[in-house]
Amino acid sequence: MAFRHLLGLQELPKEDIQNILKLAVTFKDLILKPVKKVPTLKGKTVANFFFEPSTRTKTSFEIAAKRLSADVLNLSISTSSVVKGETLLDTLKTIEAMQVDIVVIRHSVSGVPFMLSQKIKSVVVNAGDGMHEHPTQGLLDLFTIMDKKGKIEGQTVALVGDIAHSRVARSNIFGLIKMGAKVRVVGPATLIPRDVQKMGVEVFTDLESGLKGVDVINILRMQLERQKKYLFPTIREYAMLFGVNSKKLKWAKPDCLVIHPGPMNRGIEVSPNVADGPQSAIEEQVTNGVAVRMAVLYLMGGGKANEVTD
Amino acid sequence: MKLLIKNGFVVDPANGREEKCDVLVADGKISKVAKNITEAGAKIIDASGCIVVPGFIDMHVHFREPGFEYKETIETGSRAAARGGFTTVACMPNTDPALDNQAMVEFVNMKSKQVGLIDVKAIGAITKGRLGQELAPIGELFKAGAVAISDDGSTVMNAEIIRRALQYSKMFNITLIEHCEDVNLASDANANEGYNATVLGLKGIPAAAEEVIAARDIIIARETGGRLHLAHLSTAGSVELLKWGKKMGVNVTAEVTPHHFTLDDSCLKGYDTNFKMNPPLRSKEDVAALKKALKDGVIDVIATDHAPHAELDKDVEWNQAAYGIVGLETAFPLIINGLVKPGVLTISQAIAKITINPAKILNLDRGTLSEGAPADIVIADTEKMVDINKEFFAGQSTNSPFIGMKLFGSVETVMKNGRIIYGAKN
Repeated sequence: MAFRHLLGLQELPKEDIQNILKLAVTFKDLILKPVKKVPTLKGKTVANFFFEPSTRTKTSFEIAAKRLSADVLNLSISTSSVVKGETLLDTLKTIEAMQVDIVVIRHSVSGVPFMLSQKIKSVVVNAGDGMHEHPTQGLLDLFTIMDKKGKIEGQTVALVGDIAHSRVARSNIFGLIKMGAKVRVVGPATLIPRDVQKMGVEVFTDLESGLKGVDVINILRMQLERQKKYLFPTIREYAMLFGVNSKKLKWAKPDCLVIHPGPMNRGIEVSPNVADGPQSAIEEQVTNGVAVRMAVLYLMGGGKANEVTD
Repeated sequence: MKLLIKNGFVVDPANGREEKCDVLVADGKISKVAKNITEAGAKIIDASGCIVVPGFIDMHVHFREPGFEYKETIETGSRAAARGGFTTVACMPNTDPALDNQAMVEFVNMKSKQVGLIDVKAIGAITKGRLGQELAPIGELFKAGAVAISDDGSTVMNAEIIRRALQYSKMFNITLIEHCEDVNLASDANANEGYNATVLGLKGIPAAAEEVIAARDIIIARETGGRLHLAHLSTAGSVELLKWGKKMGVNVTAEVTPHHFTLDDSCLKGYDTNFKMNPPLRSKEDVAALKKALKDGVIDVIATDHAPHAELDKDVEWNQAAYGIVGLETAFPLIINGLVKPGVLTISQAIAKITINPAKILNLDRGTLSEGAPADIVIADTEKMVDINKEFFAGQSTNSPFIGMKLFGSVETVMKNGRIIYGAKN
């Protein structure tokens, strides 16, 4: 790996992404077997620090670490510990002093994993920071596309929904473009961040033209409280204009793959028949997530890419 | 006690002087500026290779006293000012309690005298408690010695209050300084809205947040005739509005900070909270527009917005980190490097923006080397490089994004009322 830490897909070189995806194939085979455990991270300690509520990502990291035989520490910390006077750095330095090898961190403020990587000795893995990046989600989305479509290069992928507040969108944009895909962002004008086209994406505010001819739709979760910030008028109108149902799915290519980082608002951004339909890989993404996170932890823990795959 | 500054290059924009000559100081005042002065018994200061200029004036600092003494005090702030060549500063009223009454202004003036390094002036609040609800006693503030009024840190969002404040302050010929930031547009954002904020996942403050207030206040100043000064302008659009106001004959002036003409929002890449300010660092195009406005004289003043913060305010998550940086110690080298060396401003234009121009806005009898004026003098070497490191700073806080830089422009000797308060060159 080019870097000690995994902070985002923006700085992760293409070769590292390829290595992770390749290794994840091996780990996916492993976790579908009756005995799902390997001793590769035996004696290493992984700490999951979640400063924001999360079930899916936290569990996924925990299972990934346990299947690699690491000791796992799970901490869900409400931001109220800041109120108690202990700073974030104090909290993490305390844990670091207990000789944790890998710190997996989720935080509501963009840049926190980067800041920590500058200040602590442990390896830092970003499990989602504010509106910035969610690199392991980006990697598992890449893995799912590769798995289902055979390759990433040349695919046209539409990211649909709240692009502005989405760390999943940013990691997808960086990862997909690096791997040779074409990326579109589709959503209400109020939720398209300024100058996003300079990241190399095409911008659509009309779902029909945005979906026309795409190979993959990645539907983002709509945070319902955004409505209070004047970003869209009603949930009903959002579902009408940007919700993906089976009728609208026909605007894309017939074999278009549907993915979603979860948790879903069924009936809002995605209709149940699309979420559970034949083109959806939403459930499989969860399995892929464990495999990808195993690959990440394995490499961040000092493993070499060819030791497992060769 | 007489002092004779020999062989320096005197730059005194107020008097149109720019030549090699000597300056004689007697009894704390400038007694003579001429070539080849000889004066028996005077202590000689050799200023060969240096410029000799009026003491700098910073019309926008935060000395944090009372209320936030762990960040800065009037004493430590005075030291930072002297280190940077500033002999007069004006403190913003966002202290706790706010400088919104006579007693608070008198407190600042008393502390300033006790410390006895530089002149620390107070800017009174526009509204009581800086809450934007009711007018502060502007007449009382003025009589106690406030040099301007401002709610800096907050914008007075109620346009009617600004209209009345501009009408009322006219009676005392005192300037109203606006912090231009529409709170609804800026919301809880903390970076410039644009490509860099998008990539970094930071919530952006649109340029419109500044510009709608600048436009509003210029329009109100046009109607009322009050004296309006726009603090720390940061966008190209604000410059256009200011140009329009000046063309229409509005009584409006404006300032820019050294960080806004030096840095842009690409600096935010490493989430270093020393790049977090309000207004935020803007785009490269905005920086270019600010420089052009300085050159064209549209922007009158360079002010530092000196905003000291302790480490515990800055060494935290980006969203929680305090806004602002210290500016007094680094202002002169940043002006020399960023504006004078590249030819954006002549040395005389640059010095005017930190001496006579702010003096006029604040009605101060400072900022010149006129004979009879108080001997506030800076001797500086524009060819000498300085290392910006933690030791370079003389104030209590060192929250500066410029640490690690090497810059041209060294303040060598600073004199306040004829007394040397920093350095000494013999």
